[in-house]
Amino acid sequence: MSTEDISDVIIVGSGPAGLTAAIYTARANLNPKIIEGEPSSNSDQPGGQLMLTTEVENFPGFPDGILGPELMNKMRDQAIKFGAEFITKKVTKVELSGKIKRVWLSDAENTELKAHSVIVATGAKSLMLDIEGESRLLGYGVSTCATCDGFFFRNKLVGVVGGGDSALEEAIFLTKFATKVYIIHRRDSFRASKIMQKRAENHEKIEILWNTEVKRVNGDTNLDSVLLYNNALNKEYEFELNGLFVAIGHSPNTEIFKGQILMDENGYIVTTNGTKTNLDGVFACGDVQDHIYKQAITAAGSGCAAAIDAEKWLNSNFS
Amino acid sequence: MIQDLNENSFNELMITSVSPVLVEFWATWCQPCKAIAPILEEIDTTLSDRLTICKLDVDQNQAVALRYNVISIPTLILYKDGKEVKRVIGAVGKVELLKEFEQLI
Repeated sequence: MSTEDISDVIIVGSGPAGLTAAIYTARANLNPKIIEGEPSSNSDQPGGQLMLTTEVENFPGFPDGILGPELMNKMRDQAIKFGAEFITKKVTKVELSGKIKRVWLSDAENTELKAHSVIVATGAKSLMLDIEGESRLLGYGVSTCATCDGFFFRNKLVGVVGGGDSALEEAIFLTKFATKVYIIHRRDSFRASKIMQKRAENHEKIEILWNTEVKRVNGDTNLDSVLLYNNALNKEYEFELNGLFVAIGHSPNTEIFKGQILMDENGYIVTTNGTKTNLDGVFACGDVQDHIYKQAITAAGSGCAAAIDAEKWLNSNFS
Repeated sequence: MIQDLNENSFNELMITSVSPVLVEFWATWCQPCKAIAPILEEIDTTLSDRLTICKLDVDQNQAVALRYNVISIPTLILYKDGKEVKRVIGAVGKVELLKEFEQLI
């Protein structure tokens, strides 16, 4: 094995965390390889969760807002400008405990890549409701991507499940098409930002169903109704809906790291002293290790930190 | 070369094509559709002797989308002799996509 086959750093993931780490490690002449993921309709794709959103209004530097995909494409271009190499594949398997880190790709040949250090920035994917009928009607009324599918619900009745910023943003987006948008939320208040709450609550096409859970989705070929449960009144009822958009939160993409990188009980990677994981030379940043803030800017910040931590670690171990 | 279909050329292709036809239902605003475009180009290059790949903009051709009950994009439908034989809803990677369609063409 010749040394030129071993990269200094491999970055797994390409959301704000992975791309910021890519920009910083590229500028540090570490020639990063970024395994950016593969297309998906479940916020688990190259560019990360922001690829399925519309306007991003809280990323500093863009007073008029910027479209999520545009922001991510700019970050990617910035990383390429400094020499980062992108691979549009998923990682299927890793071996990270040894001195040489090994990573396998989702191509037909199961290509193996080697590196001295790895930055994990695999983010999180949308959670599904896990109820009867959901997988059968996915793509036939049940959707994980409002920006993709909202168009098909012109003059229809749609529901959005969730109470965070993503749910409220989707609901507001869907008012462009739907006759009425019901936000279905299991609690009696939102955890979304105040500005989004106000916009949703004041919107004439939006109605909020508080303390309400979706128990089942019904329909033969297409969704036509849902079974709702009001947990304050302890009452179930059928409710007519043509579309149901699920935005109930995310779970970290850490399956491939199980048994190697230390995680908490919810599957988030545990980091200490900045972005260090339990494994020497393996760093983690962004939503994969953050269940508290989950913002593009905090992900980008931790991506920067991971790049600096990796660079320092490489300098003290390989120079 | 992936052909951009409209309702007329879609109908015509269903009648005339001797090879199986894979149609991507897509739209300009759909990010996952953009993401799979290079994969479809690659498959089109390698399998052009066995498969015709086309795309259909649902925004411009709502009647076709309605006829096939496409209400989520991207949706990929494989047609043989004008009949649907396989459907994949949502964006997936190349290896996974080939696994879905390769044995049918």
